[in-house]
Formats: sequence, C-alpha cells, structure tokens
Amino acid sequence: MRIYRFLPILLLAACQGTDDQTDTDKQVEIFTWWTSGSEAAALETVLDAYRATYPEVDLINASVAGGGGSAARPILQTRLLGGNPPDSWQTHHGSELMEYYVTPDYVASLKDLYDAEGWYELFSPSLVDMISRDGEPYLVVLNLHRSNTLWYNKPLLAEHGIVIEDSLSLDELLGIAESLQLANIPAMCMGDTGIWATGIMFENTLVGTIGPERYLGLWDGTTSFTDADVMQAIENYGRLLDHQNKDHAALSWDQAAKKLGDGDCAFYSMGDWVYGELIQNGLEENVDFGWVAHPGSDGTFLLVTDGFTLAKNAPNPTETLDMLRIMGDRVVQEDFNLLKGSICARTDCDRSRFGPYLQWSMDKYAEGVAVPTVIHGSAAPPGFQQALNDALTNFVVRRDHQAFAESLAREAHAAGFGQ
Amino acid sequence: MVNPHWLVRNKGLLILLPSLLLTAIFVYGFIGTSFFFSLTNWRTLAVDLSLREPLWQTYTDMLAMPRFQADLRNTLVFTVLFIGLAIGIGLGLAILLDRQIAGRGFFRSAFLFPYALSFIVTGVVWRWIFNPETGINLFFDILGINQVLEAAGMDPLSPGWTTDPEVVLSVNQVLAHVWPSGMTFQIEWGIPIALIPVAIAATWQLSGFVMAMYLGGLGSISRQVRDAARIDGAGEFRMYRSVIIPMLTPITISTAIILLHVSLKIFDLVFAMSGVGPGFATDVPAIFVFEMMFKAARYNLGATASVVMLVASCLVIVPYLMHTFRSRET
Repeated sequence: MRIYRFLPILLLAACQGTDDQTDTDKQVEIFTWWTSGSEAAALETVLDAYRATYPEVDLINASVAGGGGSAARPILQTRLLGGNPPDSWQTHHGSELMEYYVTPDYVASLKDLYDAEGWYELFSPSLVDMISRDGEPYLVVLNLHRSNTLWYNKPLLAEHGIVIEDSLSLDELLGIAESLQLANIPAMCMGDTGIWATGIMFENTLVGTIGPERYLGLWDGTTSFTDADVMQAIENYGRLLDHQNKDHAALSWDQAAKKLGDGDCAFYSMGDWVYGELIQNGLEENVDFGWVAHPGSDGTFLLVTDGFTLAKNAPNPTETLDMLRIMGDRVVQEDFNLLKGSICARTDCDRSRFGPYLQWSMDKYAEGVAVPTVIHGSAAPPGFQQALNDALTNFVVRRDHQAFAESLAREAHAAGFGQ
Repeated sequence: MVNPHWLVRNKGLLILLPSLLLTAIFVYGFIGTSFFFSLTNWRTLAVDLSLREPLWQTYTDMLAMPRFQADLRNTLVFTVLFIGLAIGIGLGLAILLDRQIAGRGFFRSAFLFPYALSFIVTGVVWRWIFNPETGINLFFDILGINQVLEAAGMDPLSPGWTTDPEVVLSVNQVLAHVWPSGMTFQIEWGIPIALIPVAIAATWQLSGFVMAMYLGGLGSISRQVRDAARIDGAGEFRMYRSVIIPMLTPITISTAIILLHVSLKIFDLVFAMSGVGPGFATDVPAIFVFEMMFKAARYNLGATASVVMLVASCLVIVPYLMHTFRSRET
C-alpha cells in the first residue's frame, strides 16, 4: 500500500525526466492568444512554414484562449516577472509593446534582423516608427487590422430604398437610423458583453468627429478630453447608442456580427475582424454586406496590429530569430492574412490574392493617416485603457457626458500624458 | 550542543515551528507586503516602490471611483439577498426533511449535491439559464404567458436578467438628506436588478449546505423539548417559531458567518455568470482587484482594494472568533 503514497512524486519525476530529454534537442516556444477558428488556422500557416524549413526544431505553441489577450496577458506577466519567458510572444504595437515590455526591459532589439533582411525598405516608415524606441525596433508585425470600418447589411438597406455611396456622413447615418426606427429596425448593431466592443464605436466616432491630428493630441496632452470638439464626439457617440439593438448587453461582438448578417440590425461600427466572421457565416462581400469608413474618418486608419517579440535572454535565441524571419516573409504574410482577414504589414504583398474589402483596406492604409487605438492598447498605457473601459461601462448606462469627459481627463492626467 | 531537556520541554513549540514560520511568511508577511504596495506609486508594469504623497491618496482615489462605489453597494445588496435567501430556504428544507417525509435520504443528498460543484460551473450553467435569448425566457413563450399578455395588449414578458442595467429602490434622495455635506455619490444606491439572478445562483449552490447545518442542529434537539411544547398547547407553527428556531440560534450565527465570508470574497461565480455587468451592476471587489492588477497593471490600486476587502472580512470574522473563544473558555 505504501508505494501509492509516493505515486504522485514518482509520476512527477517521470515527467521531469522526459522534459530533460527534449532540452538537449533544439526547440522554440511562442506564446499567443490565437486559439479560435480563423485565428488559429492563420497562426498554423506560419508554424507550418517554420516546420517545413526547420523540421529538426521542436516547436511549442503556448496559446492561451481569450479575446485580445485578456486571459493570456496575466499568465505572460507572471512568467516574465518570474524570469521564465517564452522565446517570443504576441503583442500590439505602441504603448502596449513599450509599457509592458520595452520599458521593463523584457525584449531585445531586432535592429540587426531588420538590417539583414532589408525590412526598413519593406515595412512602411510610419509602422517601423510605431514599434521602435531610440531607433531600435522591437517587433515583427504580421498583420494590420483596420478598426474604423462601418459595415452594413446591403439587402436590408436596399429593401428600405437606401444605397450607400463611397462615404457616409454622421448626419446621413442618423437620418437613415431615424427612418429605420420607424420600421422597428435598430440601426446600430452592438454586442458589448465585452465592453471593448462599444469602445471601438466610441473611438471611431471620436476620431471621425475631431480628426486625426486632434485625436493624436489626446495622447501627448495637446488635446483635452473636456475640449468642445471632444464633448461633441461624446454627444455623437451617445446619439449612435440611442439606435443600438436593445439586447446589446447580452451579446458578444461576434453575436452582433451574426445579427448584422441576419438583417436584425443595419450597421456595425467595428474593426475588420468582423470581415472574417461574416465570411465564415457564409456571406458574400459586396452582395450580402458592404462597408464604408466610419462617418468622418475617411482619411484615417485606426490601426490594430499583431506582432511578435524576441525575449531578452530568450532560451533559444537562434531558433527565435529564424521564426521571426519566417514571420516577415512575404508569402507567409500573404497566407496568414488571407485567413486572418487582415492586410500584410509588408508593403510588397501581392494585391491580387486578396478580395475587394482587403484591397480597399490596403488603399486606405496607403493613402490615410495611421493612428493608434486605446482599445487595443496602442495609444495609451494599460491603466488608461482600463479606465476608458470602466468609464464606458458607466456611460452606456448613465449617459452622463460631463462625468465621462472629466473622468477621462483625470485618468489621462494620472497616466502622465493628459494636460 | 543543545540541552536535551530544553528540547523535551519545548517539543510542542518545535513541532509547531515550521507551520508557524510558513504562516508568518506566506500569510502575514504577504498581507504586510500588499499593504505596503497599496501605499506606493507602483501603477505600471515597471516596479516603483516609492511611497505615494500623500500617503493614503490611493485609498481616497479608490473610494471616489464610481466603479468601487458600485462594488461596495453590490457587496452589500448581494450579501443581504444571498444570506437571507440561503438561510430561509436552507432552514425550510431542513424542517421539511426533519418531519420524516417519504424519500428523506434521497432529498437530503439531492439538496446537498449543488454544494459539491465548483462556483465556476454553477456560474456558467446559470449564465445560460438567465440568458435573455435562450434561457428561461423561452418558457414565457412555451407556457403561453406572452401570448396571453399580447392578447391583452401588453408587452411580452422578457426580462433582461443579468443584462438589465436598472437599479431599483434607490435611496440617493434619502442619503442626500441624511448626509448633505458628504461626498456626492456617482452611482445609484439601490438594488441592481442584474444582481438578483446572481444571488439566486449562489443560493442554489449553498442552501443545501445551510440545510445540512440545520439538520445537524435539529437532530440535537431532543424529543422531550418538542413534547413539552406540545403539552403546553403549542401548535406546529408556534413550536417552530417559539421553541425550535430560537434553539437553533448558534447554528444560524455560524452559518451566517460562513456565508458572509463567501459573499465578501465571491469572484468565480460572478465572473463566469455576468462579469462586471451593465454599468457595473454585478461587479464585486474581487473582480475589481483582478482587473486592476492584471489588466490595468495598477498594482497599488489592486493592493488597496484587497486591503479593504481584508478589513471588511476582519470586521465580521474577528468579533465572531473572539465570541467563540470566550464562550469556550467559560
């Protein structure tokens, strides 16, 4: 009988043994939150490309489920603080990369890799700027999502005699919303069980109302959240909230996308991860659904990126650099983005492989001003990101414009970038 | 060379020493560390252990946050609802089972089973049950209630349950009279509708446990007491109200304390069932701590909220422990 008491320890020892064996082989560990449907499939194309080139390396895919990294980041944080980093992990550009990883010195510079591969010519200078500090890049960007797209159900609008041209103003949108209300159809689709979904609509309305220069000013203190034009943006956002579907608090963002496809609501202001969702639901672009820039934001590209880092003191630096080189490859980026529903970070991808929406997005990226989003961690530190989510949670229910603006101004000040 | 007599005389202390040390480090040491963090400027991922000026600023900031005010309100409302329901239902079940009904053994186990589940499972299941699209609202259609209402020209019944942002029975007006110079409340002090389903789920899980506590207590009340009450002319209802339930008071107090510390610390059930809820209608301090620590990386704020939670639990537990120790001594 006594042996059974030691069984757990023996088992542990056995596991330890096998771990040690693989340590002698080459391996590389990457950490992501891409675990669902199209995301996981897209990631798999990158991993397959790596496996094909380096079959002898044991590839560890340490994915943790959870949208936007909400569940993965705490785990990663613990590993980094404990001195046990994965070789490479996923992060958004801008503030998230800098505040979480560059400032505390968790990541290594990729300047040599960028030089050796000639990537300074192949990625746009503005993008390289957003992932660099003091001239040292810290991220290999895989894809670019556009956050400020207004999607609409084409057949539903046609039924009510509405045709959307290349651009739509806020007044036109609200006019359409009024007429749809008479037919008992909510104009705006929303699913904000995750409050960030309504945050996207807020950001889109904000940048659409005050323009990219004033929007960028919010993050360096030249624009205040209590300025008249920002108050107007909050007002506009509130008017859109008046037209959202009643059950928004019970739905997630993808359920709202399904509602759009089903014609239960007409417009959806949401990043282009919705595109993949709509396609997956069997809808056809330009037939079942159409798109236009969120009102007022035609020349602006609210940018959401996903990229990978190189850990400082990475256990397997050579293998990790090989992985990052594969991620920056043109064909790998094309294959990845076709599945992910986004556009390449490289500027030389083959347009003809992409559908009408993604081509539209490429044109908009090329001609527009790229600005960072708070909701995906690029514009402001995580403390402010949380504060915005909390302020939105209150605003959606209480609609107190003044309190909303003042709390944002206060938090911006506390985070060190406000006036 | 250690004197062996010393070892023998102090063997009790020596045996206890390892666990005393571990408790000192891993419980009290870390409580102290958390308290220290709550006074620092550490509000980003980069560690900053300089003390904040003024020292208690994070505490005053937090108490002024509408979200934390909502958390305090929710804890209060949830505690009252949950403990009231759980004790009421648990006692009712215990009395029913105590009256020798058929299938007693079966029901005793059946009522106790939910207690064996983890809160996260309960949370997920009740989230589906209270989903306004697919949950119990469907019964209003299936049972024809909505058809009757519509025929009568009324709106069909479709409560939003955990997605309803409304706060009823607001006492803000009253508070403003009582405390006119006090801080302005940025939230409605009342009962958030969305919190009621959460309290129901928690009650479902723990009323079996309350029942088991009361069954133990009922078993210890001798037949003679009941017979004496009956001889004195008490009816069944009167016997329970005036004799049995007062005799169960110690059980009620212990049970209430146990449930209270469950409700003060609750996290997993709410997190799985409704999250922070619309307008923070179902947010609780433990979720606040988690989000501030791991999402916002505001370590000082997260630590501050955990210290406040600890103090709140101590306010309840310490008097109870003192009471128990004192009654044991006499």
